[in-house]
Amino acid sequence: GLPRSYRVFRGISSWSFFKLAGSLVNITSLLAVQPKSKKTLTKSGVKNIVVVEGVRIPFLQSGTSYADLMPHDLARAALQGLLNRTSVPREVVDYIVYGTVIQEVKTSNVAREAALGAGFSDKTPAHTVTMACISSNQAMTTGVGMIAAGQCDVVVAGGVELMSDVPIRHSRKMRKTMLTLNRAKTLGQKLSLLSKIRPDYFAPELPAVAEFSTSETMGHSADRLAAAFAVSRLEQDEYALRSHTLAKKAQDGGLLLDVVPFKVPGKDTVTKDNGIRPSSMEQMGKLKPAFVKPYGTVTAANSSFLTDGASAVLLMSEEKALAMGYKPKAYLRDFVYVSQDPKDQLLLGPTYATPKVLEKAGLTMADIDVFEFHEAFAGQILANLKAMDSDWFAQNYMGRKSKVGAPPLEKFNTWGGSLSLGHPFAATGCRLVMTTAHSLKKEGGQYGLVAACAAGGLPKCVLGP
Amino acid sequence: MSCGGMWCRGELCRVGLRVKLPCLLGSWFMVLICCFQVNTLSKQLSSEFTDIMNEIWANEAVKSAVLISSKPGSFIAGADLDMIEACKTSQEVAQLSQEGQKMLEKIEQSPKPVVAAISGSCLGGGLELAIACHYRIATKEKKTVLATPEVLLGLLPGAGGTQRLPKMVGLPAAFDIMLTGRNIRADRAKKMGLVDQLVDPLGPGVKSPEARTIEYLEEVAIDFARGLANRTVSAKRSKGLMQKLTDYAMAVPFVRQQVYKTVENKVRKQTKGLYPAPLKIIETVKAGLDQGHDAGYLAESQNFGQLAVTKESKALLGLYRGQVYCKKNKFGTPQQEVKTLAVLGAGLMGAGIAQVSVDKGLKTILKDTAQQGLDRGQQQVFKGLNSKVKKKSLTSFERDSILSNLTGQLDYKGFEKADMVIEAVFEDINIKHKVLKEVEAVIPAHCVFASNTSALPISQIAAVSKRPEKVIGMHYFSPVDRMQLLEIITTDKTSQDTAASAVAVGLKQGKIVIVVKDGPGFYTTRCLGPMLAEVVRVLQEGTDPKKIDAISTAFGFPVGAATLIDEVGVDVATHVAEDLGKAFGERFGGGSIELFKLMVEKGFLGRKAGKGFYIYQEGVKNRSVNSGMDEILARFKLPAKPEVCTDEDIQMRLVTRFVNEAAMCLQEGILSSPVEGDIGAVFGLGFPPCLGGPFRYVDSYGAKQLVDKLRKYEAVYGSQFTPCQLLLDYANNPSKKFHQ
Repeated sequence: GLPRSYRVFRGISSWSFFKLAGSLVNITSLLAVQPKSKKTLTKSGVKNIVVVEGVRIPFLQSGTSYADLMPHDLARAALQGLLNRTSVPREVVDYIVYGTVIQEVKTSNVAREAALGAGFSDKTPAHTVTMACISSNQAMTTGVGMIAAGQCDVVVAGGVELMSDVPIRHSRKMRKTMLTLNRAKTLGQKLSLLSKIRPDYFAPELPAVAEFSTSETMGHSADRLAAAFAVSRLEQDEYALRSHTLAKKAQDGGLLLDVVPFKVPGKDTVTKDNGIRPSSMEQMGKLKPAFVKPYGTVTAANSSFLTDGASAVLLMSEEKALAMGYKPKAYLRDFVYVSQDPKDQLLLGPTYATPKVLEKAGLTMADIDVFEFHEAFAGQILANLKAMDSDWFAQNYMGRKSKVGAPPLEKFNTWGGSLSLGHPFAATGCRLVMTTAHSLKKEGGQYGLVAACAAGGLPKCVLGP
Repeated sequence: MSCGGMWCRGELCRVGLRVKLPCLLGSWFMVLICCFQVNTLSKQLSSEFTDIMNEIWANEAVKSAVLISSKPGSFIAGADLDMIEACKTSQEVAQLSQEGQKMLEKIEQSPKPVVAAISGSCLGGGLELAIACHYRIATKEKKTVLATPEVLLGLLPGAGGTQRLPKMVGLPAAFDIMLTGRNIRADRAKKMGLVDQLVDPLGPGVKSPEARTIEYLEEVAIDFARGLANRTVSAKRSKGLMQKLTDYAMAVPFVRQQVYKTVENKVRKQTKGLYPAPLKIIETVKAGLDQGHDAGYLAESQNFGQLAVTKESKALLGLYRGQVYCKKNKFGTPQQEVKTLAVLGAGLMGAGIAQVSVDKGLKTILKDTAQQGLDRGQQQVFKGLNSKVKKKSLTSFERDSILSNLTGQLDYKGFEKADMVIEAVFEDINIKHKVLKEVEAVIPAHCVFASNTSALPISQIAAVSKRPEKVIGMHYFSPVDRMQLLEIITTDKTSQDTAASAVAVGLKQGKIVIVVKDGPGFYTTRCLGPMLAEVVRVLQEGTDPKKIDAISTAFGFPVGAATLIDEVGVDVATHVAEDLGKAFGERFGGGSIELFKLMVEKGFLGRKAGKGFYIYQEGVKNRSVNSGMDEILARFKLPAKPEVCTDEDIQMRLVTRFVNEAAMCLQEGILSSPVEGDIGAVFGLGFPPCLGGPFRYVDSYGAKQLVDKLRKYEAVYGSQFTPCQLLLDYANNPSKKFHQ
């Protein structure tokens, strides 16, 4: 059924969706596997950058097995998993970049805390990046930039998110009083400050309810986007069901190769994602709209749920990888970040980024064998597909002569997506890249395209040979 | 249109109404969509509408209906005013009201649910139509506003509004809506219970945002119409605890009587009994609640009829039409749109001008000569915008983004990109000349130079210009963000394109714009001059400031005459009076200017100095008369002439001098039309709105009667009251009216 987890999700959805909403950035990247038949994307004078390996700990619905951990624990597990899987000597790693969205204030540079705990060398510098739902895409492209610039040869990139625990602050008034209290010298001053505290000072401040610039929650924005593209509730439920069904199939078929088991202290070893729950159209149809009430179309069942998880990838220059005897899983060929209006086009990044990255790489939609798009909401994916397939939209909003065309569904998120596997904000980017790499290998394809939208914007990657 | 047979053909178009037919949902489940193609309620629309309603009830297949407009930006923006104005008698108007009542009652009593889908303005009769429906869905957009602006036109909601609103939103809220006529945004309307559902506007998708939003609104409305028909949706609102309590209290006759009394007292105090509409509204609501349905509806139509033929209503209607007229640019589109504006001087006026410019998206440079002054000005702009954030009409993000359009600076950097410069520096011809020369050295050739001055002739300022065709006057009123008027002054040399540009900027800033010819005091300041001179004379004759304020506000001026001088500033008034006195001589005499000068000497400069005729203290509401004035007034005391010193005579002395000067401005061609004269006087100077402006007042009071009054005062005081030739012409020909 659609069960407890969804109820949990709905209970906290009002504020929990915030970071999903909002990013103006979208990313697309192109990944390629082995330069066989089709054209090669090797650029002269630029180093080829490869993904040697990538792993993630199982993505769990928040409030389950990872609930008592801290973000760096999750990140540590992913990093350790990467070390184990690749046996890369730790002193070879030149740099570590990690993404996170909701920062735990105690570990604001979570990259460094996690790396030290995971047994990386304390001589390896690390920094943390944030860019909403594409934070780990940003971590990876930062690594790409460092390698391309000749700064590094080996970079570990990843992302972590722990939605089971988020910072809830004292009110601003209370914080101000407490800070002033630190400076108060006499007892009299202290008492006079304390006497100013009123009951409303104790009201806690939850993480932002909405996109800062528009005050709109992500789910609300997704509902409006779906309406703008006339995406029906039925279509969204069908798409969500597809995602869960495909994910289940991939999980059962052992295709999710990037998952590494995680022995949670005090608990059993976690080996599988726990959010995959193929339901029925009938049961999904019973849910009430979660954001635009009472007539909206986005529900708990056709949205991605709050997830805990972490991921990591090992990036190297091709030269270095080959010299060390690694067989690259994919080549990171190109990427593009775009951004649009945070109000009405918040989640349309993939539409804008896809044609751009293809043109940049000299490819067409037909060249792509695997598409991995981040599924924040079923409505958002369907709206993007409709937008990509609309000449009107291309001409009026993208400044193009004609549409780029929607990706064929048989090549699209065929192993499930964020809707079913889960979406730990900053960890999703690496999952998309690794799924694409594994999928390309399995299908014998050459080029893969990754797209994700984030509060604020959207980047895309192409994986190539 | 007869039976369902025709409907199957699809859309049916009439003049004002488009009926999109079979919206077939399941088998034989139809929601009929009535789509207005006009945005005013006219007789014809009513009759078409009644026909269609009849058919809705006759056709079994139709289970519910949706009312929506196909005019972008409005649902129904009110009744057709021409239709009301065309009526000769109050009975005729009452008849119209009754027809409206019947039509809406028919909707209300319809067994098939009717849903109003509202996007854009839903005003007056439009709102009455919406609240007669069983369910209302509105788009949550800035352009969607609901209001009953009838009271602002001296009318009342005449199609059941006075009867339905109290039941819907409770008595206090209903009075608030009807007595203020203020605009209610969709989200507020939802909270009040005026609409049942909100629909967020959509971004671009399969269509443009506007088109898709309307389509979506329609889809949502159809869903609800269907839900209402098959009873999965209830039209009954769940009222909040507060409203339940209020409703409970209002059901007690005693409490109701207290509410009537309180509201009535408040209205009487605010309107001074000069505006009949608010009292009639209270009376009508009362009739419905205390004497029942029939009496209420009867009172509504009768009172509507009576109000429509009052001179107050005609005056207010005239102002409404005048405003519409003054919101158009008669000079056409300027060759170059102003995108970058520079304002010189960050004082009250300069900063005010900057504020109303940045919030309309104009890139604005605010330049001052001193950091301190600049800081104050920038803070004023911030404060003005921030107050909107506090009132929630703006988000803090929007405020910041608006403020990014403002650049504060002390030098002329970036002036090479300015399309217009408005100077608001100190009112001194030498300083104005200096600035003009400095600016002309740095601005591009197409840039317009506008001077914000209340009295210095523009041609005199332009005398040192290398390009006088680009020089124009833009006279703003303080406080700029609240006063709606902008008086634009053209000289003989000002080019048409420069005028077009200035008007375009004014309109963009949201101003009501009048365009006048150059001359001492232009139009507004010139009219005010003689009146203020008379105020001083009245003071000298021993009437104290409080009394003068009382009798001028009793006449309908929003601000008392003595207070007005304090507000303007005694030094400014002295300055202007001297200049105008030189230009016009004896006619601007009356009170002694020496009195003003002594006040300035003593530091009694008015509100800004904390002392003028009154004492002003921060946070003190009831100000007291400045006792320091006693000595000054005693020194300049004149003997009062009992034959012209009754309250009414004093009022008439002030007003006739004002009106006479306004007529002279029209006679001399300073004003190009009486409409602009009326609008300028009401919106810039606070001439009583119930009189509709000086020219409307001459029409309603009678030119002859007015000239008689002038002659009476002329006999006592001399040439200051000599009626101008234009007034004499109108007095001699009773059929001549300024407004036909």
